Amino acid sequence: MNKNRRSFLKVAGLSVFALTGGAGLFGTTAQAMVSPGKYEHAPKGKIAKRWAMVIDTRKFRNVEDYDAIIKACHDAHNVPDIRSRKDGHEDQEIKWIWTDSYEHAFPDDMNEHLTKHVLDRPFPLLCNHCTNPPCVRVCPTQATYKLPNGIVTMDYHRCIGCRFCMAGCPYGARSFNFLDPRPYLSDPVPNPQYPTRMKGVVEKCTFCTERLAKGLLPACVEASEGRILFGDLNDPESDVCKALAENFSIRRKPNLGTQPGVYYIV
Amino acid sequence: MYNKKAVIVGIVVFLVICTAPFWTNFGAKYSKPEVALPADSNECVESAAFMRAEHMQLLNEWRDQALRNDNRVYVSSTGKKWEISLQNTCLKCHSDYEQFCDKCHVTNNVDPYCWTCHILPKGSK
Repeated sequence: MNKNRRSFLKVAGLSVFALTGGAGLFGTTAQAMVSPGKYEHAPKGKIAKRWAMVIDTRKFRNVEDYDAIIKACHDAHNVPDIRSRKDGHEDQEIKWIWTDSYEHAFPDDMNEHLTKHVLDRPFPLLCNHCTNPPCVRVCPTQATYKLPNGIVTMDYHRCIGCRFCMAGCPYGARSFNFLDPRPYLSDPVPNPQYPTRMKGVVEKCTFCTERLAKGLLPACVEASEGRILFGDLNDPESDVCKALAENFSIRRKPNLGTQPGVYYIV
Repeated sequence: MYNKKAVIVGIVVFLVICTAPFWTNFGAKYSKPEVALPADSNECVESAAFMRAEHMQLLNEWRDQALRNDNRVYVSSTGKKWEISLQNTCLKCHSDYEQFCDKCHVTNNVDPYCWTCHILPKGSK
């Protein structure tokens, strides 16, 4: 068979067209959903346009007040306490909510002549659920994403453990699982309704999206006995809007432009 | 043809090795694993045939709908509503992991890693 260049290119071009056209068609059918059913929102779920949290730090009196919210959160989400183990992994810390000093939490607003109770008091810290979340921008797999209601949350199935989000987050709100967390949890786990994480993924606070879907408030809010308020920032009648209208509030590192959704009354 | 003998022997050996799985398993019968169906429930979210063939795709779809679109209720083709949760809906009925999930997965040499995060009802924490 003696083919010239011209006829070879014609056949090759037609073949490529046919193959890619076919692939395109298959591509669209493969993306369609397999299930014959439909999906809808949870009937009792709480709905908001912009979830936000207001922490009234004046109402926290003693260590138990902080421990109560941390324990409620970490028990609800099976967050292990690796630091308390004396097995050489004490430098590992997994945390969704924690405390730190004013100087570390609000470095922009620091001066050494602040009132003593502000300088000495620990501040409850958690993911700020920013309006412009840097962690979402840097995530290469879209494992971290922002929901329309303002919550920045994660799909651990997609996390590849690259830790770009940890570098991107200016609030240190993210923890990496250097170890399998399960040996550091009780057996059975504190909350058998909720999964654990695995080695090699990053985790953080999710504003309790799974609890909001059931009509419950976040675990820390429930355990705080009114010290933490939670509500819709777009609803002027919500608890958070009223509290922010009546009190002076600050947010962490506002000059970065991330627009945190967690407000502190000091 | 140069090296006729070596080439033909080579082709024959290649074909035998490539088709070896077919010859070694020729006549072997695939015994369908007997899964233990839940005793206290006789209705799954979809038909058994659909679940057998598509449960992995359905689970992926459930995950994306629940996490990304906040759609946490699945309305099945029969109109019944189910909470979207592997751990709290699927495993509530299919509570015997070894006699249900593992039966097929082991037979078919599938090793899903659902349980590194999701918690099995018992036996594992």
